Amino acid sequence: MKFDWKWDFAFEILPRLLRATLNTLMAAGVGYAIAMVLGLVFALALRSPWRLPRAVLGEVLEFIRSTPLVVQIFFIFYVGPQVGITLSPWVAGMTAIGLHYSAYLAEVYRAGIEAVPRGQWEACRALNMTTRDSYVRIVLPQALPHAMPGMGNYLVGIFKDTPMLSVIGVTELMQAANSIGSETYRFLEPYTLVGVIFLALSLPTAGLVRLGERRLRRKLGL
Amino acid sequence: MWEFLQTYGPRLFDGALVTSAQFVLAALVACVAALGAGLGRLSALWPVRSLAILYIELFRGTSLLVQLYWIFFVLPLLGISLPKFEAGFLSVGLNVGAYGAEIVRGAIQAVPKGQWEAGYALSMSPAKRMRRIILPQALVLMLPPWGNLMIELLKGTALVALISVPDLMFVAKQINGATFRSAEAFGAALLIYYLLARFLITPAMRKLEQVMARRLGRA
Amino acid sequence: MDLSAYPLELPEGDCPMVRFMNVTKSYGQLVVLDNLNLDIQRGEMVSVIGPSGSGKTTVLRMLMTLETINGGVIYVDGKPLTHMARGGRLVPADEAHLRRMRASIGMCFQHFNLFPHMTALQNCMEGPVQVLGLSKAEARARAEDLLAMVGMLEKKDQHPSRLSGGQQQRVAIARALAMRPRIMLFDEVTSALDPEVIGEVTEVIRTLVAEHDLTMLMVTHQMGFARDISDRICFFYKGRIEEQAGPEQFFTNPQKERTQQFLRAVKDAD
Repeated sequence: MKFDWKWDFAFEILPRLLRATLNTLMAAGVGYAIAMVLGLVFALALRSPWRLPRAVLGEVLEFIRSTPLVVQIFFIFYVGPQVGITLSPWVAGMTAIGLHYSAYLAEVYRAGIEAVPRGQWEACRALNMTTRDSYVRIVLPQALPHAMPGMGNYLVGIFKDTPMLSVIGVTELMQAANSIGSETYRFLEPYTLVGVIFLALSLPTAGLVRLGERRLRRKLGL
Repeated sequence: MWEFLQTYGPRLFDGALVTSAQFVLAALVACVAALGAGLGRLSALWPVRSLAILYIELFRGTSLLVQLYWIFFVLPLLGISLPKFEAGFLSVGLNVGAYGAEIVRGAIQAVPKGQWEAGYALSMSPAKRMRRIILPQALVLMLPPWGNLMIELLKGTALVALISVPDLMFVAKQINGATFRSAEAFGAALLIYYLLARFLITPAMRKLEQVMARRLGRA
Repeated sequence: MDLSAYPLELPEGDCPMVRFMNVTKSYGQLVVLDNLNLDIQRGEMVSVIGPSGSGKTTVLRMLMTLETINGGVIYVDGKPLTHMARGGRLVPADEAHLRRMRASIGMCFQHFNLFPHMTALQNCMEGPVQVLGLSKAEARARAEDLLAMVGMLEKKDQHPSRLSGGQQQRVAIARALAMRPRIMLFDEVTSALDPEVIGEVTEVIRTLVAEHDLTMLMVTHQMGFARDISDRICFFYKGRIEEQAGPEQFFTNPQKERTQQFLRAVKDAD
């Protein structure tokens, strides 16, 4: 076979791929939202004064970060029914991705919080602020700009990891390309278009992340 | 769980061996690619720089899985047919190499300007200066982030199972398909990956950091 | 630590504003405060001086509950700060007790520690609104009064990054005062300032001493200033009070050898 790009075929499959892209974006969005919230919970839990739960949580998060996401996806998808929870591919995929990236974001948040100078905590204590208020009103707002580059990188990363969901049948972009490929026996156009779509989405997003970070710094007067 | 390991242990072990082989080969590809692209990115020659940037943005901007499928399914249509094992570590290596290139570039740029000037004052050729003065110092600077990248590399190798390379994940999937003992199969696989990462790769990288730092008189 | 020797409350006739009773503080093997006994009366202005490592900053930090205590008890306004009464005995204080006691103590830091993402006004309103539960309007009125008092009213909408060190420190003083503390702690508040702006800050403290009956504890290297406004000077050396006296007596007729050495060294540095 030779290099044989068929433009009309490419345009024919494009709408289907774009529809699947929407799914991909939604998967990335939901996964990231879960990761952002869960990651903050973990980051705060890692700062708790109880040593044993802290150490255990730290090890568990390290485990999640060090093992392949695709295997974690399989694990959650297949083990779910065995413990009585039937998970649709979508839910299993979101759970796995959300959990995986929450472990990364927990690190990012932690580094951001620790970048806030100790004097700020002492000023909060001198003003007799509660721990909750100290975090919410003083420390986290200052931790955010430090965390943003990491958060942005992982947003792009989560988007690029969505094709892994195809292995459990989630109908996202990669899956759509696979389907087209097996239906028509033409892989060149689908896979290339998928690559192009990814580039078209991830490069500007990375740029926007940098822009957003600069603006946030300015707004916070830092 | 214990009898599971006794029955399927050997197969998992074989899978882990394939994973390790993929890891080592992909790491080599990544190092070469990262060095080449990192240096290329800093080249004074415009075509070299553009090529490096193209490689880096292309492989960082798309997903590893997409690259893997592309190299395995599409390249043959363009005349380059790679067996799956080679396609596997090549994709992973090139993907990680793109990230590594940025680390290399950052580390080289972090070497103090005075070092470049000293090499220049000693009338060293740019190549010699790079090789004997800049790179050794950059090497120490780039090792910590490379440590993390190596873990990412290990995780990336799991995807080669999707083009049927019989690595650890492939074996786990097979066992799962045959026995439906998903928790044991995938759980064991996860554990082995974790052990490889935490007790082989991370300590090795840390040791490398120490050795390099000592050689530079910085320890 | 046997706490039975310590009263649950100080008796009416013997109730200073602050009492350090046999207070010890160590970091591992290093003893920073060694069986410290110190009384500070209501409305008194005490300056704490001494070489670095003498424990003087630790005294302030322990009073502000930024550091824990290793031995002894600290009393504030007759009640224990570091401990609380439980079933007729003294036990280490829990967070709720500390928060109650902390309400009457305010502190200003060497590096100001203003909140960088808030304006001067917001900095001064934060405590009253979040902790004291004042309405925004009340907090604003109070904050503006205090900013006016420290001479920073026209900069109230500026962020700390736009203010000089002296200006920031004055805002920090207003912020602390907004909580209406009974005790004010100043931890080397001029040490991080350029010489030409030190005066702005010392002026504010001077006003405070003259016009309010706050109890104040100040760690400082500004000898002249300390001499001017203090009721008492405490000289710390290696975790103990080496000598203490009224300012006139202290500076003109120091009794101990170490005090004399220190004052000589400080004079030479001037």
